[in-house]
Amino acid sequence: MRGGRPTLVALMIAIIDYGAGNLTSVRLAFETLGVPAEVTDSAQRVRAADRIVFPGVGAAGAAMQGLRESNLDGAIRDVVGDGVPFLGICVGTQILFDSSEENGGVDGLGIVPGRVRLFRPAEPYVKVPQIGWNQVTMNVTHPVFEGVPSDSDFYFVHSYYPEAADTTHVLGQTTYAGVTFSSVVGRDNLVATQFHTEKSGRIGLLVLENFSKWNGEWPR
Amino acid sequence: MLTKRIIPCLDVRDRKVTKGVKFQNNVVLGDAIELATRYYDQGCDELVFYDITASAERRPIDIEMVRAVAAAIHVPFAVGGGIANLQDMERVLLAGAEKISVNSLAVKNPDIIAEGAKAFGSQCIVLGTDPVRSEDPGFASGYEVTTRGFREHTGMDVLEWVKRAEDLGAGEVVVNSVDADGTRDGYELNLTGLIAENLSIPVVASGGAGRPGHLAEVFRKAHADAAIIAGMIHSGDFTIPEIKDDLANEGIAVRRTW
Repeated sequence: MRGGRPTLVALMIAIIDYGAGNLTSVRLAFETLGVPAEVTDSAQRVRAADRIVFPGVGAAGAAMQGLRESNLDGAIRDVVGDGVPFLGICVGTQILFDSSEENGGVDGLGIVPGRVRLFRPAEPYVKVPQIGWNQVTMNVTHPVFEGVPSDSDFYFVHSYYPEAADTTHVLGQTTYAGVTFSSVVGRDNLVATQFHTEKSGRIGLLVLENFSKWNGEWPR
Repeated sequence: MLTKRIIPCLDVRDRKVTKGVKFQNNVVLGDAIELATRYYDQGCDELVFYDITASAERRPIDIEMVRAVAAAIHVPFAVGGGIANLQDMERVLLAGAEKISVNSLAVKNPDIIAEGAKAFGSQCIVLGTDPVRSEDPGFASGYEVTTRGFREHTGMDVLEWVKRAEDLGAGEVVVNSVDADGTRDGYELNLTGLIAENLSIPVVASGGAGRPGHLAEVFRKAHADAAIIAGMIHSGDFTIPEIKDDLANEGIAVRRTW
């Protein structure tokens, strides 16, 4: 699956910088793990990387625009198609879907079928955004979540939530504001989390460490 | 279920954590990075660093310290005090902080909330506010906003102020009761409850925590989304796991494994 890709460069994780927020904590998390990772806005570097982290905070509309303006959308489609291990985080995860309700409706990359919807709590005192630690119930075992007990707490900050169209893409689920949403999705060489694994303490670092060792094969 | 967040607050001067009562009589408790790491190891859900710059003395923000904290702990943390403008916010966020807490600055220049939210996202902008109880009928909520370490009265009603901050794009509000601060007699439940009821963004209770039961009370009776603690853990009277065990026994959802 990786034929034709350069093999002389050291194993490298590319953290995609497309102007969608602060990537410092993602970079520092890999630094703590001793895993070489490079923040880059270059489509060429992304195509050359051995693993991709696709983070993002803020609004989906601006994120999508930043991605197109830097021509990174094509690079992302290519590396996902090439079988390169790929990790989405937060808004990065959201724009992998077909569409989002944010900013009056935004088209995503359409890599994971489904849409991203706004929390509309019916109960009093349920606040939007969801800010804080919530449980992720794992539906399947996956190498990126090896050693992570189901129902572990991860750190979330979001007003919109992913809803995968295909249940086989839902690796983990979380409940908030009356909905159970897809907090971890995946297919083939791609895993994507709604939570900030880089801000989720030791359990979050374990997910990043697992990802840094994952060969991109879907568990059978 | 979304858990209630327990947030240790570190008042930092020259990289040392201090604790006083009502901003007076500060004593040095230890090295800021050491304490931050200890609370991270104990499972704090978040941290907040205040007056990291000694804003009263107009010294610049200690960016190196923010960097050192970000490298040492991998849970969110907020930085407050000494933020003067958007550039300061950006420097603090790029150094690895998750959130900026604005208080006196926002009172002087409310638009900074909107500007910060637009530039970095609402999730980065926390409004901190220090309300004091007032008998003056001019304050409909019964509380007036103070600034600059409780030294200045603003003439602003706290409820009007926090609603305005929410409209401007603040992502969270930290309500630090002047009356309860440092007393360790419990949070100001009436004040916290009033604000939690009237905002659609998360509300963080601050000031007055002395024992785990105070947190249970502010979560259950005042519907706070998170609670700031300081003296009760800095003194060594309680650890974060002890507080969380107590809350769990009370049936309150907290993060207990990490």
